[in-house]
Amino acid sequence: MTANWELVWSSLGPILMGAVTGTIPVALASFGLGLLLALVVALMRLSRNPVLSGIARIYISVIRGTPLLVQLFVIFYGLPSVGITISPWPSAIIAFSLNVGGYAAEVIRAAILSVPKGQWEAGHTIGMSRRQSLVRIILPQAARVSVPPLSNTFISLVKDTSLASLILVTELFRQAQQVAAFSQEFMLLYLEAAVIYWIICLALAGGQSVLEKRLDRYVAH
Amino acid sequence: MSPTESDLPGTAPLLTVRGLRKAFGRHEVLKSIDIDVRRGEVVTLIGPSGSGKTTVLRCLNGLEVPDAGVVEFGGELTVDFSAQASKKQLSALRDRSAMVFQHYNLFPHKTALENIIEGPVQVQKRPKAEAVQDARELLARVGLADKENSYPFELSGGQQQRVGIVRALALRPQLLLFDEPTSALDPELVGEVLTVIKELADEGWTMVVVTHELAFAREVANEVIFMDGGVVVERGHPDTVLRDPREERTRQFVDRLLNPF
Repeated sequence: MTANWELVWSSLGPILMGAVTGTIPVALASFGLGLLLALVVALMRLSRNPVLSGIARIYISVIRGTPLLVQLFVIFYGLPSVGITISPWPSAIIAFSLNVGGYAAEVIRAAILSVPKGQWEAGHTIGMSRRQSLVRIILPQAARVSVPPLSNTFISLVKDTSLASLILVTELFRQAQQVAAFSQEFMLLYLEAAVIYWIICLALAGGQSVLEKRLDRYVAH
Repeated sequence: MSPTESDLPGTAPLLTVRGLRKAFGRHEVLKSIDIDVRRGEVVTLIGPSGSGKTTVLRCLNGLEVPDAGVVEFGGELTVDFSAQASKKQLSALRDRSAMVFQHYNLFPHKTALENIIEGPVQVQKRPKAEAVQDARELLARVGLADKENSYPFELSGGQQQRVGIVRALALRPQLLLFDEPTSALDPELVGEVLTVIKELADEGWTMVVVTHELAFAREVANEVIFMDGGVVVERGHPDTVLRDPREERTRQFVDRLLNPF
């Protein structure tokens, strides 16, 4: 097999366009919304109120116990049969956010629990409410601990957004598929897509190191 | 920032505790404790581990809620734990004292200065400039003027505990609570922390100190309370309790601390 460099070059435009207008914005929006959701779910799970923690438990269990592809299809292809029709883009973002919400909730819960109890007590003794202690004392310390596992979640998410091609979102992989179908150069186009995913994830891993260094400035080395 | 001059030692009671009880599950940690602390006075709590002395402090600062008992503060606040104490009463009681912890519990993500001004600025809503100025004066007094921008991990244990003390002072509490403030320190660092506490006592701060440092108790305390098994076994002037105790249990405990081998 000789590489068709001309095809690589000419397909780069549409594939990168798919990354910039599809993959990256879907991943960013889903991760942002998913983290907010995850924080709420983590706090519910830690709550002493059995109803709240029960709801959080069930939610996490459902998300982790079912395939992401199935979640995506239920929202895009399933909901219309009960009268709820959501277009591809919002469907993808809703599905990915719900998914991140379930996984990251456990990361955040563990990170909050990793902060020593004495930190809550110090917050209490200087007059803080539990909410103040959480926001000003506990979460900043939990954030440091949760950067590596949350980076994992984010990197997985970037790759998982390729599933959105199956609900007609024009993103990186769907663009590659279309060029491949047209040119019949499947190996070439799918490897090209793989390399671009890899480069995006390398950049994210770099971002992770920078963030970790920044947050590590107050711990002994 | 020292207590006002009218707060002379031995005048009016600042804190009166009656019948304080606390159980964790079926384990009774405090079985009816009475304590009186007058303004400007230093009361030290001594006793074997598990005797309940730390729990007493934690109850006074609201880190534990007692099951029963009455705590009266400065003649203007009475919290009856035998009835249902309101949230408002609990935080009023908490705000009158400040705790210094055995393991310092400084906020590791904040500098020494940020640790100190957190309460005054975020909770008490005092102007930041004023809080910073206060904090700097207090840091200078404990010999840490050059450490305001250091993170806790950059400080020795003794320095961290001095920041912990300043953090408590900056809240301008009426009562300082020390929970074994030197127990986590390397032996050579104990002195610098005890010196600071002694200076505060000399300035007239009212304090309750849980400690194993008998020499400190003898020199600084107005009253020593020996606790064991959740009850007060003996109390009185340090010379009596530490040199010539009435109770056999007190004598054994003091002997063990003075002659560990």
